[in-house]
Amino acid sequence: MSVPENRLKKNIFSLQLNADDFLPADESEKQELVVMRKSVTFWRDGLKRLVSNNIAMISLVVIVFVILFAFVAPAFYPYSYSQQIRGSENLAPMEYSERELATIESGGRVFPHILGTDNLGRDYMIRVMMGTRISLIVGLVASIIVLIIGSVYGAISGYVGGKTDIIMMRIVDIIYSIPDILIIIILSVALKEPLKALFDRNDFLRSISILGPSLIGIFITFSLLYWVGMARFVRGQVLTIKEQEYVTAAKALGASSGRIIRKHILPNCIGTIIVVTTLQIPSAIFTESFLSFLGIGVSAPMPSLGSLASDAIGGIQSYPFRLFAPAIVICIVILSFNLLGDGLRDAFDPKLKK
Amino acid sequence: MFSYFAKRIAYALATIWIIITVTFFLMNLVPGGPFLSEKAPSPEILKAMEAKYGLDKPLAVQYKNYLANIAKGDLGYAIKAKGQRITDIIADKFPVSAKLGGLAILTAVVIGIPLGSLAALKRGRLLDKTIMVLTTAGVSIPAFVIATALMIYLGVYVKIFPTYGLKTPLHYVLPVFSLAIYPMAYIARLMRSSLLDVLGQDYIRTARAKGVSGIFVLFKHALRNALVPVITYLGPLTAGILTGSFVIEKVFTIPGLGGEFISSITSRDYPMIMGLTVFYASLLVIMNLVVDILYCIVDPRIKLK
Repeated sequence: MSVPENRLKKNIFSLQLNADDFLPADESEKQELVVMRKSVTFWRDGLKRLVSNNIAMISLVVIVFVILFAFVAPAFYPYSYSQQIRGSENLAPMEYSERELATIESGGRVFPHILGTDNLGRDYMIRVMMGTRISLIVGLVASIIVLIIGSVYGAISGYVGGKTDIIMMRIVDIIYSIPDILIIIILSVALKEPLKALFDRNDFLRSISILGPSLIGIFITFSLLYWVGMARFVRGQVLTIKEQEYVTAAKALGASSGRIIRKHILPNCIGTIIVVTTLQIPSAIFTESFLSFLGIGVSAPMPSLGSLASDAIGGIQSYPFRLFAPAIVICIVILSFNLLGDGLRDAFDPKLKK
Repeated sequence: MFSYFAKRIAYALATIWIIITVTFFLMNLVPGGPFLSEKAPSPEILKAMEAKYGLDKPLAVQYKNYLANIAKGDLGYAIKAKGQRITDIIADKFPVSAKLGGLAILTAVVIGIPLGSLAALKRGRLLDKTIMVLTTAGVSIPAFVIATALMIYLGVYVKIFPTYGLKTPLHYVLPVFSLAIYPMAYIARLMRSSLLDVLGQDYIRTARAKGVSGIFVLFKHALRNALVPVITYLGPLTAGILTGSFVIEKVFTIPGLGGEFISSITSRDYPMIMGLTVFYASLLVIMNLVVDILYCIVDPRIKLK
């Protein structure tokens, strides 16, 4: 073995180290030693876990189908939810009335009543669709209202702290201990008449009154009571994040409050806020169907899943499907939102990360 | 300890007062007096009636009188059931609802806790998965759906249980069960997660390491601590049973207070609505107070906060 000129000569008294080992590494060698993975953002990580969760994905697909069923399908459906077809009262599913049979015989086409008709001759399928739409609207709008009021209130209370926090949280405590269903019932009774009067007077309000004053009343009552849970939750999150070292570091570096909220606090609690909001949807739908079932929810002729089920109880022995159709839709909607919420929590809650 | 209780009681009283105030002013906000019906009474009669019920006085005076009467335990008179005291109606109908609700709470606790513990102990096994699927369904199906489904299958098609009224013990089965399903499922889920949490604690491992038998660890160390969240749930549970009773009493035509409340709303009997709201609210607030005190006794760490 010949020794190249540029290499150091080995001293006989040395420790027999190979001098080659101490030469600077070249690029390829450096690349080999890098063990870093590609960095994964919080969202991508959560999304990956959500997609691999079969139950959550199935419920997401079901929710999409329900949304299509409630918002798109009625546009293509030949009957309207308030249209009373004379002579077609109390039809069984897929049954035709005599007049409709006559039309068919003379060559005309009649769209079948997939779920039959109710006692006023209204097609039941479209009523279930519209009921689902109302329930979904209530669920989504109520949770968005709760999200906005609750998170702003909770964030202010948690971030400012001190006396402000104490006073704000006392108010929340008191509202929290008020039995919600009772106040919702009282409010929806009390708000019905004034809202109706208000809607008749104001042109702008009349345009949104297609939803019906009682539905707006439900939104108002939900937003007055249900935000407290969200506010408590967000405040707790903000309080823990506020004490973290990186927030202290940001403060020490001179970051403004606004920047800290935007860059540090919000991104760190947004995942859990989304989860809580998702779980709010089924509980709002639950309450709405409960109220409508008791006859204090949406007003006729607008159907809601709860009021459809309630109306069906009278004729339960003769027309059981009138109860089953809305009841099954309610169960599917609430179950799939609950399961999706659980899946989101598993995916986006940092505390559950393994 | 004493100051904690005093504070709790003060909160409870404040909450009741707020509810009374809110309901009073909300009910007065509604247009149309309580005597307006299809047959409008003559102005003289109207005036005499208003004078009799004290409705001719200014709102502030009415409010003061109402508070004073409630303090004396008088909730005023119902309008639709002519001349009947609301307190008498409550005394008449509430025992029915209370019996039903009490049985439902008992059922929920007695079945829910073992079910949840079983799921936690068999974590990840088939039994756990079955219980979780069933309880998820239990918290997702509204009470009126369960009630009517049970009524149709077990009452109409199979004809095992009677479907209306409360005459014999057999009459209680369906309403109690449909009222208890939601809280039962909720308690089972709560119990499962709480027991799993406790079983992972260091002191359980220490007890096991010392050679304490499995059953002893479970009953002496784990279950006791795992029960704390379930006790907290007793307050909301009562509220849930109470609102659930509105629906169940309607479905099974049970002559209880819940049905009375709903019919007072649909017939716009304002003094009745007000009286029952105040009654229900006080009941719930007192229940929450009891739970708070119980909680404090069971878990001494709470006082430190």
